[in-house]
Amino acid sequence: MNIVVAIKHIPSIADDLPVKGNNVDFDSVDFVLNEFDEQSIEQAVLVKEAVGGTVTVVGVDMIGELDGVLHLALAKGADKAVKITGDDPAADSHQQAKWLAEAIKGMSADMVFAGVQASNDLDGQIGPMIAAHLDMPYIGGVSSVEVAGDSATVNKEFAGGVGAKYSVSLPMVVGVQASTKPPRYAPVSKVRQVAQTATIEKVAPSGDAGSGLTFKKMAPPVVTGHAEMIEGSSKDVAKKIVELLKSKGLA
Amino acid sequence: MSNDIFVITEHMDGKFSDVSFELVGKAKELASALGGQAVAVVVGSGTASNVFASDSTIQVDDTALSQFNPEAYGKVIEALVKDKSPRLVMFGWTATGMDLAAWLSARLGVPCAAYVKNIGADLTMSCQAYGGKMSADVAPEGDMAIAAVLAGSFPVEAGQGSTAATTMASPVALDGLKTKFVEAIKPAAGDVDITAQTKLVSIGRGIGSKDNVELAEELAGKLGATVSSSRPVVDAGWLPRTRQVGKSGLKVKPKLYLMLGISGAPEHLEGMKSAELIIAINTDKKAPIFNVAHYGATADLFEVAEAMLELL
Ligand SMILES: Cc1cc2nc3c(=O)[nH]c(=O)nc-3n(C[C@H](O)[C@H](O)[C@H](O)COP(=O)(O)OP(=O)(O)OC[C@H]3O[C@@H](n4cnc5c(N)ncnc54)[C@H](O)[C@@H]3O)c2cc1C
Repeated sequence: MNIVVAIKHIPSIADDLPVKGNNVDFDSVDFVLNEFDEQSIEQAVLVKEAVGGTVTVVGVDMIGELDGVLHLALAKGADKAVKITGDDPAADSHQQAKWLAEAIKGMSADMVFAGVQASNDLDGQIGPMIAAHLDMPYIGGVSSVEVAGDSATVNKEFAGGVGAKYSVSLPMVVGVQASTKPPRYAPVSKVRQVAQTATIEKVAPSGDAGSGLTFKKMAPPVVTGHAEMIEGSSKDVAKKIVELLKSKGLA
Repeated sequence: MSNDIFVITEHMDGKFSDVSFELVGKAKELASALGGQAVAVVVGSGTASNVFASDSTIQVDDTALSQFNPEAYGKVIEALVKDKSPRLVMFGWTATGMDLAAWLSARLGVPCAAYVKNIGADLTMSCQAYGGKMSADVAPEGDMAIAAVLAGSFPVEAGQGSTAATTMASPVALDGLKTKFVEAIKPAAGDVDITAQTKLVSIGRGIGSKDNVELAEELAGKLGATVSSSRPVVDAGWLPRTRQVGKSGLKVKPKLYLMLGISGAPEHLEGMKSAELIIAINTDKKAPIFNVAHYGATADLFEVAEAMLELL
């Protein structure tokens, strides 16, 4: 089973996002792995462990710092790592999906995994677009994958515990919401060891596909309301919350 | 090219989701500004579709479409859109719309905006990106565009009506599909029903570990509340799926929603924003949840919870 995981390196939303012109100021943000890609890497490794094969992780190197992410993926059980030397921190999902699809074309993938969404998917996610380019079926919102022979059975979530089971003849693209088991932990020592020995294959970006969206403005949302903030020490806060709840008959 | 606005509606077990009505209402407004028609598109089998206030409703009917199948639905919608060339195709940014919008965009080479919160008469779209921390205004190039719109962005009522549907057969052959619907998955029974609780203490990733869930349980116990959570807490296996609030979880409307360490991502807000009293504790003073909560405190959840326990 040839499994490919397409990942996105995206601006971290842990801190404030600085703005430059009409977009995020990509020079002053940290880039991190999309959180759903952690699930997607885990799901790919779980499938490999169940039926055998190789897992290749591929991503666009947005700011020249993808190696760390790829080393972590290798430490968690991926076998090969490929980076597309995009070097354009503003490359949108359409562009990345095109580059990724071109790179994946030569990999004879049976399954392609991608995170169901990323927080900067303003023009849509890479998973369904890679599927469109490779002419493979796509199912997103997936929280379990089982492979038998040349077909996969996936569970897709709708809402509130309601979902559907699909059977798909491979190859296909899966948009992972959550892996069947929570992502494993890779000890720092292992990541370090991988970083010293692993080779990361470099691929030049190929193909053009912009989103066709022009950014007019990027700013923190205009808020219509804001919480009344309770100030003071944690003890003060606790006291005021308890008083508030008591006054409303809720405690 | 036309100035029509297509809404790809969604339904399950014969019932349309709120987002479909929300989009039809908005489509009517846009269509009248652009001089086109608001068209509700229903892909299904035998679905009763005379429920929209659209100018017209197209129902593509085939037994292969009786359940949502992204491959089959995608093919049908692609063929229909190619044939009718609407100005804008609207999807919900939902479990089903998320499978189709970007796919269609790449297939047709047409721009797509996701996380859409609002759409102007010039089709400039305001998108709530970066986990709700940023709002981006984007303008699509060309004669056709796709919008994947967050649920809850527009009122439901404006899209409700009784326009008669015109039924048509699938514009593409639906044999040889690689994707087969096997069966529906029903929610696990047996746990408390969080949608029926009047008070919820809801924990997020900020709770840090499974061991710390106990603290929330204790606080909830003292308040006569039940513990619910954001999605990452469930994905980590710290609480069962039945406790998850949000887009892919349950929608709740308790009298009290006390939030400990939840950032307020749009997917979480979808499930709780109409709670009567929302109190949020978060160490990040810029956490988006403070734009929604009634009361908030920039504080450590453990310290606040411990201190509350002493007072209760
Ligand atoms: C299709 C889809 C469906 C989804 N459905 C849902 C859904 O149903 N429900 C849902 O919740 N999410 C859902 N999500 C996930 C959603 O996008 C977010 O990832 C999730 O809501 C974030 O959860 P969180 O706020 O707990 O975690 P984070 O965003 O990581 O936030 C943790 C917060 O804790 C705070 N914190 C950390 N330590 C402390 C401390 N000691 N004291 C106080 N505060 C602290 C941090 O400042 C941060 O704000 C869905 C995503 C997708 C793609």
